[in-house]
Amino acid sequence: MRRFTELTSTAVPIERPNIDTDQIIPARYLQKPRDGTLGQYLFHDLRFRPDGMPDPLFVLNQAPYREGRILVAAQNFGCGSSRENAVWALQDYGFQAVIAPSFGDIFRNNSLKNGLLPVVLPAGVVGGLLHLLQEKPGEAVAIDLASETVRLPDGTVHRFEIDPFARHCLLNGIDELAFTLSQIGEIESFELRYGRENF
Amino acid sequence: MSTEQSSGPRTMYEKIWSRHRIIERADGQTLLYVDRHLIHDGSAPAFDTLRERGLAPRAPGHIFGVPDHYVPTDTRDVRAIADPEKRFMVESLTENAAGANITLFGLTDRRQGIVHIIGPEQGISQPGMVIVCGDSHTATHGALGALAFGIGMTEVAHALATRTLWQAKSRVMRIVVEGALAPAVTAKDVILAIIATIGTAGATGHVIEYAGPVIAGLTMEGRLTVCNMSIEAGARAGMVAPDEVTFAYLQGRPYAPQGRDWERALERWRGLVSDPGAVFDREVTIDGTTIAPMVTWGTSPQDAVPIDGRVPDPDREEDAERRQSMAQALAYMGLVPGTKMDEIPVDRVFIGSCTNGRIEDLRSAASIVKGRKVWPGVEAWVVPGSRVVKEQAEAEGLDRVFREAGFAWREAGCSLCLGTNGEVVAPGQRCASTSNRNFVGRQGRGARTHLMSPGMAAAAAVSGHLVDVRRVMAGA
Ligand code: SF4
Repeated sequence: MRRFTELTSTAVPIERPNIDTDQIIPARYLQKPRDGTLGQYLFHDLRFRPDGMPDPLFVLNQAPYREGRILVAAQNFGCGSSRENAVWALQDYGFQAVIAPSFGDIFRNNSLKNGLLPVVLPAGVVGGLLHLLQEKPGEAVAIDLASETVRLPDGTVHRFEIDPFARHCLLNGIDELAFTLSQIGEIESFELRYGRENF
Repeated sequence: MSTEQSSGPRTMYEKIWSRHRIIERADGQTLLYVDRHLIHDGSAPAFDTLRERGLAPRAPGHIFGVPDHYVPTDTRDVRAIADPEKRFMVESLTENAAGANITLFGLTDRRQGIVHIIGPEQGISQPGMVIVCGDSHTATHGALGALAFGIGMTEVAHALATRTLWQAKSRVMRIVVEGALAPAVTAKDVILAIIATIGTAGATGHVIEYAGPVIAGLTMEGRLTVCNMSIEAGARAGMVAPDEVTFAYLQGRPYAPQGRDWERALERWRGLVSDPGAVFDREVTIDGTTIAPMVTWGTSPQDAVPIDGRVPDPDREEDAERRQSMAQALAYMGLVPGTKMDEIPVDRVFIGSCTNGRIEDLRSAASIVKGRKVWPGVEAWVVPGSRVVKEQAEAEGLDRVFREAGFAWREAGCSLCLGTNGEVVAPGQRCASTSNRNFVGRQGRGARTHLMSPGMAAAAAVSGHLVDVRRVMAGA
């Protein structure tokens, strides 16, 4: 899993709420191999017109945002289908963090497990940030995971919360599977108890 | 911090949770034991992860696999899948299952079908179980009184390798549907009405327990339809207390306990229901008597209105964000505010999916179709949720009813619900669909989806436009 400690980067605003995982990566690309190139399908149907040409109105096609590593989204980002490909596509494109007032549950989980940092900030703060980024495209945001803070272009600093275990894993780039495998003795003794009374 | 030890009244969720709790981490996350793990033809990346780490599935006897998302529904020949990447998804499931001794209901197996249809159908999913599947509609299985989670690919690899899953304890929301349903109002209308009431994020962070006389009065298949769409309200899982309806449904199914085991299981299952006085974090009450046949107008399942309603007007919406997203949805859907819902013409009809691809769904649709014809120019499909459903329908002559009316009668799979197998609704086409999601591009790029019950979809097929199924039944 990718490590995440701190990051300062251009913030890329996506204003519409309820961006579901179908919009993050359309279903017809789900069978594409996971080889680091899923970024080309990210937001595909928003990014490209039906004739295949980039839609100049879409934020990722606009010059100030080319190098953006932080996505700023509206409420309920990543709702819908559980496809983890949505996280991989964001990461393959280059995103390392998403800031939003709320996330789809499974998407948020999947992000943490892959080292894409989901940052929840109050709706008012995110709304203000989206507005500011419209006024001044290309402004940067700084995220520090150790202190769980975000510094916005206007200089304000906001705290966010991330569950401590996920934070430990992110900071050190270790994943849950390795941790669980170290607990296999506990699982086996549970099974001995469980087997007698259950299925 | 955990309350499970307390001797006070407990919810069904708490009971199942505490029975499966292995250890807890300092942050409160719990390692849960997994009883059943269902896999489908999107699981290849998880097996890749296992191979990379030199791991194998830990308990293959409790894992069941079935191809559904990438399978063609006009043939059962894997070689007929033209796209090599899609074909690989189906073939790799076969290989991965064989390599790990996992039971597979392959494409030509009589038990093949959509993963959420076959779990209950085969009796693999049972009350009190923790069930996981790398698919967001896994909540379906909760209708049997199980705790069923949709999980991501990293979690699939984790569950394969360890037979466990890390979970934060959810809050529990009880949704009580009071009263009784009017004639021709179905489980699909109930869940669409619930989502329209609480919103797509209404149950975020919660597990839903559906209760009350309307839920208790639903058949098992109806309850499966309700629980199926729990994720559409943002819930981690949805469940219904097991009762005689549940037990009657399960008894005699291939993987259900038999003989003395059945008796013992019944005893255990009866103890699962939430104790009287158990406290829910949130309670929502819906009046079942007021629910009408529902249809969606927008690009979120919460955009549902009664069929006698109209396309809403964004300008009447107070909230600016909501106004904007409504306008976007209407632009995508090609709809004008104020249009009567039952005047919206359709190009396609899809009856199927894990929401409404069961035998009762097909019976209900067939009862509308019988003696009528699909409206000229409308392309209408029935895609049974499983081979078992298909054969049952054929034994009842339903296939003839559909075919004679002009429907295509197809093989089992996900098909037009998601279009990953290449079967899609064309850009700009409007589809009356019994599936669960009307998201932008869900049924194909530019496809316009209206969600509804099987009876309503059948009524649309024979009328050429959205219509109140009760009007068609009355012969109007
Ligand atoms: S029928 Fe649709 S919702 Fe159900 S598992 Fe298949 S693709 Fe997913």
